[in-house]
Amino acid sequence: MRYLPLLWAQLFRRKTRTVLTLLSVLVAFLLFGLLEAVQVAFESGADSADAKRLLTTARYSIIEPLPMAYASRIERVPGVVGVAYADWFGARYQNESNAFAVFAVEPARYLDMYPEFEIAPAQREAFVKTRTGAVAGKRLVDRYGWTVGQKLPIASEIHTKTDGSLNWEFDLVGIIDAEDPAVRANTEVVLINVAHFDEARQSGKGKTGWYIVRVADVEQARAISAAIDRMFLNSPDETKTAPEKEFALGFARQIGDMGALVTRILLAVFFTILILTGNTMAQSIRERIPELAILKTLGFSNTAVTALVLGEAALLLVIGASLGMLAAVAMLPVLNSATGGRFPPLFVEPATWAWAAAVAVALALAVGLPPALRVHRLRIVDALAGHR
Amino acid sequence: MSWLNQVVQVTLINLRNVPRRLGTSLVIVVGIAGVVGVLVSVLAMGEGFRHTLASTGRPTRVIMLRAGSDAEMSSGVARDQATVLTNLPALARDAAGQPLVSAELFVMVELPRHGQTDPNNVPFRGVQPAAFTIRDEVRIVEGRPFGRGVREVIVGHKAARQFAGLGVGSRIAFRDSDWTVVGTFESGGDVHESEIWADAEVAMSAFRRTGFQSVTAALADPSEAGLAALKDSISRDRRLSINVLREPEYYAKQASILSRLIGVLGYSVATFMAIGATFGALNCMYSAIASRQTEIATLRAIGFGGAPVVVSVMIEALVLALVGGAVGGALAYVYCDGASLSTLNFNTFSQVAFDFRVTRGLLVQGLVWALLIGAAGGLLPAIRAARLPVTVALRTL
Repeated sequence: MRYLPLLWAQLFRRKTRTVLTLLSVLVAFLLFGLLEAVQVAFESGADSADAKRLLTTARYSIIEPLPMAYASRIERVPGVVGVAYADWFGARYQNESNAFAVFAVEPARYLDMYPEFEIAPAQREAFVKTRTGAVAGKRLVDRYGWTVGQKLPIASEIHTKTDGSLNWEFDLVGIIDAEDPAVRANTEVVLINVAHFDEARQSGKGKTGWYIVRVADVEQARAISAAIDRMFLNSPDETKTAPEKEFALGFARQIGDMGALVTRILLAVFFTILILTGNTMAQSIRERIPELAILKTLGFSNTAVTALVLGEAALLLVIGASLGMLAAVAMLPVLNSATGGRFPPLFVEPATWAWAAAVAVALALAVGLPPALRVHRLRIVDALAGHR
Repeated sequence: MSWLNQVVQVTLINLRNVPRRLGTSLVIVVGIAGVVGVLVSVLAMGEGFRHTLASTGRPTRVIMLRAGSDAEMSSGVARDQATVLTNLPALARDAAGQPLVSAELFVMVELPRHGQTDPNNVPFRGVQPAAFTIRDEVRIVEGRPFGRGVREVIVGHKAARQFAGLGVGSRIAFRDSDWTVVGTFESGGDVHESEIWADAEVAMSAFRRTGFQSVTAALADPSEAGLAALKDSISRDRRLSINVLREPEYYAKQASILSRLIGVLGYSVATFMAIGATFGALNCMYSAIASRQTEIATLRAIGFGGAPVVVSVMIEALVLALVGGAVGGALAYVYCDGASLSTLNFNTFSQVAFDFRVTRGLLVQGLVWALLIGAAGGLLPAIRAARLPVTVALRTL
C-alpha cells in the first residue's frame, strides 16, 4: 500500500487525460448498472417467486377460464396446504387500457397465499368483509392519489355487469406493500373481492383465471403438479401446473431476446471502452519510458515496475467502475419516479456489484497487461538512451 | 482567400498525418462506430416493429370491436350482433352480392420457439370465407388454403419461422383438438404473418366459444362520409354497442407501448455511450494536438492565424467521426437489417414477429450523432491548440 501515492502520482501525471478516461469508464459502468437493473426487473417475477407455490392454468392457453369448483378438489390433493385463485379483470382506468392489473380474488385465500404482501390487520379484515371491497398496491395509491375509504371507479374491457355496463365501482379498503423491492413490483395491483364480482358479472360466473397452490414440501412440487393435472385429465377443463418460478421465467422468455439484446449492447460498450482505455494506457506508458527506466535504475525490480503499471490500470478501472456504479445507484430512484411507476421498480442487485467488480478486474488486466509486459522487458540502457 | 487557403493547407497537413497517428485516430473511429452501431440497431428494431404494425390493414377497411375494448383479445361480439353488422348497407359487397365482412375469433395458443420448450402466446384467428377477399394481400405461398368445416390451419410465414411444429403437413394439438397445417401464407410483411388462421366455425366449436372477438369489413364508401354513415347506422341500432376503427388506426394503437419502450431504450443507451465516446474523442484530439505542438507553433510563428488551426483540428475530428459513423452504420446494416425477432407485444399480450429495418433515415441519424460527437470532441482541443502561446510551445521541444 505504500506505493499508492506513487500510483496516484503516475495516474494524475496528465490530469486531463486521466480524468477523461476515468469519465468514459464511469459512463460505461453507469450504463452497465442501469441495463442490469432493467434486466433484473424483467426477471424480478422469477426472483420473488416462492418455490412452494405452484400455478395451475388451463392446459392450452392461459386465457381460458377454469371452474372455481376446482379449489376444493385441488385442496384435497395430498401435500397441498393452501389454494387461492385469481381472475383477470382487464382494467381500464381514466380511459387508459391496462393502466394496472386488477385481479378478482377471494381475499383471505389470496393474502394467505402471498404472506410477503404487507397489509394492516384491520384493512385485511375490512377486505374480507366488504363484498365490493378492493385493496391496492402502495405505488398505485401514491401514483393516483387514492385514499382508503374512497370509491374506485374502474372499467373492465372484458367483464360486463348484469346491466350490460362495463363500468365497475369498488370500495378501496386497504393498501398492500412489500419491503423487498423485487416483491414490491408484484404488489402493483388492485385486488377486488370476487364475491361481488362474480355475482354482478353477466357471463363467466363460477369461473376463474388461474389457481395458486401452496405445497408443504418443495421436493414434492413436481409430483403434486402432476397429480393435479392428472385429476383433471380428460375433463372439459384440463389443467397445466408448474412452479411459480418456471411460470415467471416463461413469461420473461416470451419477451424473448431482450436479455440477449442487453448483453450485446453491453458487449459493444465494453469493447469500445476497452479500445479507448487501452490506447490511453499504452500512450501514457510510452511517454513515461524514461521515468520507468529510472525507477529500475533506482533498484526497483522488473516485477515491481510491472506491478506498478498493472496497478495503475487497476486503480483507474476500479475508481471509474465504482463511481459509475454509484452513479447508477444514485440515478435509479430518479428514474423510478420519472417513469411514474409505469415500470417495475429498478434497483441494483448485490450480484450486479459482483459482476461489475469482475468486469473491472478483467478490463484492468486486458488494458494493463500489454504495456506492463513491455515495461517488464525494458532494458534500462535503451530506455534512457531515448529510443522510444 | 488567403485565410481559406491557410485552412486548406493546415487541414491537409493534419489529414495526411492521420495514418502516422493511426492508434489514436482509430480510438475516435471505434468509439463512435460503437455508439452509432448500437443506436442504429436498437432503433432499427423499433422501426421494424412499427413498420410491421403500420403496414397492417388498409384505410378502406374497418375493424369493429365491442365498445370499451382497445384490443381484439378483450373484445367480444356476440353472434347475433355479428349478423346485424354483416348486413349493414354501409359495408361493401362482392359481385355476387355477398357482404365483404368477416366475423373473427381471436384467441391465443401456446407454442414453443424452435429448439425451446417454453410456451409462447401465439395468436390464432378463426376467419370467415370473405376474409381472403377482404384482405387481398394474403397469398398462400406453400400448400393450400384450409378446407371449410375441417380442422386445418394455415400459418403466417413469420410464425412458421419462429415457432416449432408449424411446417406444412405437421399436426398441432390445441385444446381437445388436433389440427393439420395445410399451408403457409404471406401478407406483405404485416402482423397477420405472426398468426395462425383457421375456419371460424370450426375454431369456435373447438375452442368452445359462442361469440366472436371482432368483425373486419370493407367499407362500401371508403371516404370519411362512408365511415360516418357506418358509425351512424351502428349508433342508431340499440342492439349494438360497437366501436368502429379504420384498420391502420387500430393497428397503430397496438404498437404504442412496445415502440415507446424500444425508443426509450435506444436513445438513452446511445446518449450514455455518446457521452463516453465524447470523452474518448476529447482525449484523442488532445493527444493529437499535443504530439503536433511544435508543428502548430511553427505554423503560427511563420504567420498562420489561429482560426485555420482551430478549423483544421475540427475538420480532422469531424472526418474521423464521419468514418466512425459510417462504420457503425454499416455494421448495424450488415448484422441487423432483415434479422427477425419475435417478442411479446404488451398491447395484445401475444407474440408478434418482425424484421429489423435499417432505413436510410436511421443511417442519416447515426451520421448526425457521429458528427455531433466529433464536434464536441474536437472543439476544446482545437481552441487549446490555437491559444497556446507560440514561445511556450516552441520551448517545450
